[in-house]
Amino acid sequence: MSFDHGMLVGFAKSYGLFYLLGLSVAVLIYTYWPSNRARFDRAAKSVLNDEDGPWQ
Amino acid sequence: MVAGLTKGERQLALLISIAVAFIGLAMAGAGQGGAFGVHGFIVMAFGIGTIFVVISGYFLPEPGDERLAQYYDDPIKFGIVVSMVWAVFGMFIGDWVAWLLAYPEMTFDAGWASFGRLRPVHTTAVIFGFVGNALIATSFQVVQRTSRARLPDQLSPWFVLIGYNLFCVIAVSGYFMGLTQSKEYAEPEWYADLWLVVVWVVYFLLYLRTLMRRREPHIYVANWYYLAFILVVAILHIVNNLAVPISFGHAKSYSAFSGVQDAMTQWWYGHNAVAFFLTAGFLAMLYYYLPKRAGRPIYSYRMSIVGFWGITFFYMWVGSHHLHYTALPLWVQNLGMTFSLMLLVPSWIAAANALLTLNGAWHKVRTDATLRFMMVAAVF
Ligand code: HEM
Repeated sequence: MSFDHGMLVGFAKSYGLFYLLGLSVAVLIYTYWPSNRARFDRAAKSVLNDEDGPWQ
Repeated sequence: MVAGLTKGERQLALLISIAVAFIGLAMAGAGQGGAFGVHGFIVMAFGIGTIFVVISGYFLPEPGDERLAQYYDDPIKFGIVVSMVWAVFGMFIGDWVAWLLAYPEMTFDAGWASFGRLRPVHTTAVIFGFVGNALIATSFQVVQRTSRARLPDQLSPWFVLIGYNLFCVIAVSGYFMGLTQSKEYAEPEWYADLWLVVVWVVYFLLYLRTLMRRREPHIYVANWYYLAFILVVAILHIVNNLAVPISFGHAKSYSAFSGVQDAMTQWWYGHNAVAFFLTAGFLAMLYYYLPKRAGRPIYSYRMSIVGFWGITFFYMWVGSHHLHYTALPLWVQNLGMTFSLMLLVPSWIAAANALLTLNGAWHKVRTDATLRFMMVAAVF
């Protein structure tokens, strides 16, 4: 089987499309998963107060 | 500087410096008076210089365990100072290059003063010297604070910063001598590229090791951007600079790619170098320093995550927009154009997120010059 230009284009246009769609869905699910909310809120607030040095 | 290192680290630093000096000596010998040989002498001088620095502090008392209760900020200060030095130098050359555009004959009939050599000196000095040092230094500050963990050791941050600057010096001094791979933002020749790989791998491992020590359960989004910057720059750099030197004693090399493949690889690199240096790295700074300075958490943390994946995955495909109306297949050009347009979405997400964070802190923006700069940056 030879690996030519046409094959590469076909691969990019089919697999590439679904890969990007799948990735977007996965990212959105992770981002808006309800139980992740608390982690994110905590992380966002935590950086405001971090000068007291590393936690041992 | 050396006072913060433990005994073992001082010995290792000495060993590395000696090794670098010997590599320089070997290069100087092999180069036989050519530009490669000059670079050998520069590397050797660099190695000998760091040997002296280490020896001068070698017998200072070792740092005690109380250091572990603090963040390790010495290399950060060094990095910022060096970054400012590069800024002054780089923008001075920028000004010079601008004058050359108006008065092209202003070259004193000397090769080193020609536009073609000074222009990359400007771009390398500002992008790699000024921006690169600022990114590395701030990344050390942000990763420690968002992880609530100290850098895992004292030597590797110095190795990364000093090694990186050796790369910058080799790059810039090479252009004056006419050394270039003729690839924009990837001009340095093969041996400088190899050295950067070593430095960058140490940097990547240092970042991961610090994250592994984190006490914060969630990895703050600024670190994602810094990691994307480190990882992607490593991939781009290695692939685009694949080349075969004409000999181990000569600066010249030939790229592994040719024709339109070479062009595409170069602009896949060139565009993403801008993307992951000047965009991802700076968004990392924004997502940390802006909330910090405004005293308010980022407006939407979720939006920052969506923006992150949008930026990292769209950016990878846009390089071909540098090659419109060339021999590149049309569908690749269309792909680059479409993704460039789609990229508007995550860019505006980041800008909106920044401005909405400031909403409610406008009174601070009015009086705080730092916040004002950040606001203007976000608007642009
Ligand atoms: C005093 C400030 C500066 C001056 C006078 C200046 C001047 C110039 C000039 C004359 C050029 C060449 C334009 C051409 O070839 O037509 C240039 C290119 C460039 N400069 Fe600057 N510059 C300055 C600051 C900066 C800064 C702070 C950065 C980035 C951090 C920067 C990044 C670049 C880049 C990336 C290019 C190449 C653009 C391209 O190839 O499309 N410059 N600059």
